[in-house]
Amino acid sequence: MSTQKVTLRVYRGDAESGELQDYTVEVSEGMVVLDAVHQIQATQAPDLACRWNCKAGKCGSCSAEINGKPRLMCMTRMVDAIKTAEGGPILVKPMKTFPHIKDLVTDVSQNYRNNKKITPFRPAPKGPDGEWKIFQYEIDRAQEFRKCIECYLCQNVCHVLRDHHEFSFAGPRYMVRAAGLEMHPADQGDRIDQLKEELGIGYCNITKCCTEVCPEGIHITDNAIIPLKERVVDEHYDPITALFRKVFGKKAPPNPAP
Amino acid sequence: MLRPQGMVTLSLGATDRKDAWWLSPLLFAIAFGGFSIYATWAAWQNEFYRFGPYLSPFYSPLLKPEWLPPWLSPAFLILGAPLGFRLTCYYYRKAYYRAFLLDPPGCAVGEGKPSGYRGERAFPFILQNLHRFFLALAILVWGILVKDTVEACIWDGQFGIGLGTLVMMVNVVLLGLYTFSCHSFRHLIGGKHDCWSCLTFGKQRHTLWRGVSWLNGRHMQFAWVSMIWVGLTDVYIRLCAMGLLQDSRLF
Repeated sequence: MSTQKVTLRVYRGDAESGELQDYTVEVSEGMVVLDAVHQIQATQAPDLACRWNCKAGKCGSCSAEINGKPRLMCMTRMVDAIKTAEGGPILVKPMKTFPHIKDLVTDVSQNYRNNKKITPFRPAPKGPDGEWKIFQYEIDRAQEFRKCIECYLCQNVCHVLRDHHEFSFAGPRYMVRAAGLEMHPADQGDRIDQLKEELGIGYCNITKCCTEVCPEGIHITDNAIIPLKERVVDEHYDPITALFRKVFGKKAPPNPAP
Repeated sequence: MLRPQGMVTLSLGATDRKDAWWLSPLLFAIAFGGFSIYATWAAWQNEFYRFGPYLSPFYSPLLKPEWLPPWLSPAFLILGAPLGFRLTCYYYRKAYYRAFLLDPPGCAVGEGKPSGYRGERAFPFILQNLHRFFLALAILVWGILVKDTVEACIWDGQFGIGLGTLVMMVNVVLLGLYTFSCHSFRHLIGGKHDCWSCLTFGKQRHTLWRGVSWLNGRHMQFAWVSMIWVGLTDVYIRLCAMGLLQDSRLF
């Protein structure tokens, strides 16, 4: 394939101010947007700041907004970016939701603070043989959530954080983490009250943008948030289940030992 | 010069996206709005809901208590169940929050109203948590529709199938798929458990949950086809009852 020249319109600036600047890059076959950004760094703007590490969609560093859509730069082919730019320059901007640092780099530390609110793994006692016995079929569900690479594209696109700046909502990534712990067969922690109050699950109005942008294809809304919402309903909004619990007692903690 | 990102509030509809992000909310608004108008009109009619052994799903179960004023159609006594089920449905919530409340209008599309958002933490949307109770009502209504469909096979005491019977059969199948692919149903039949091997018949219950999860992945599609078909079922029976359409008796 012969090379093709295209224009990349990249956000340049710091926390004070910024502007969009055009760069011409040569596109060759198989190239991704991150390659183009590297080409700009190498040939035109050595001071262009961007985070990256693995270039394989597994480290979650190079999140950006490409033609208005939250994407990983390393997983967005230039041919696709040219297509979604619809004849205009390819627009590359940092994630909107987080405080800006420089060029394509944002400060995502709010997410780490939210993470600390979640009760960590509380393992059940091990069995007599000193092991937990967990079957693959029952851990499948929690393992889907372990695929998360913490790229924060879901946090970025979530309108509760992005448009309403409501950071008392922990955000989709932490709903996924809480779900992974809550649904773990050997976990005995209880995060339901926490989800309702500190993590603010009620802010989510399940508009599914997080699921749409997840580069790992995690079904954030259907498999994590909605099942957690249903568990919150069990504890707080369902008088029949509450009565049932009162009469028959709270279910015994799981005992994975045979 | 652009302001730094962070807390900038984008005005309604502001986005860098160039694709037709507005298309699916628009289609939803047209289809759901159209259905709602038709259903309201049909419920007010108070006639032409019966033809032979067929009963329109909008009028089933047919309750006619004595205290019901003659101007009020019996449809209004039962429409609350399917309406409440669909309004609190996790798929419809996504669709109407986007299409009607523009909250958000699309992914990475500006809303222009940053403050005062309380989501489903406060009235009125905290009521969405009642979805499972509407599920119970919806299952009840579905059972009655199954009974109606069985009765639609009996013409003056004789077994027979007309085109309308087939229309009603498809209707209960589609409504069944929509009802039993519900997220609350998925939770209640087993999704609430973590340690399946600790349960009696855990493996079997897990298989059941997997099956419902498969259906649940298609909840949106079932929501659409079942909504359109239930409307068409009413249209078919109404046209037959008005004499505008000849119901063909297959055997």
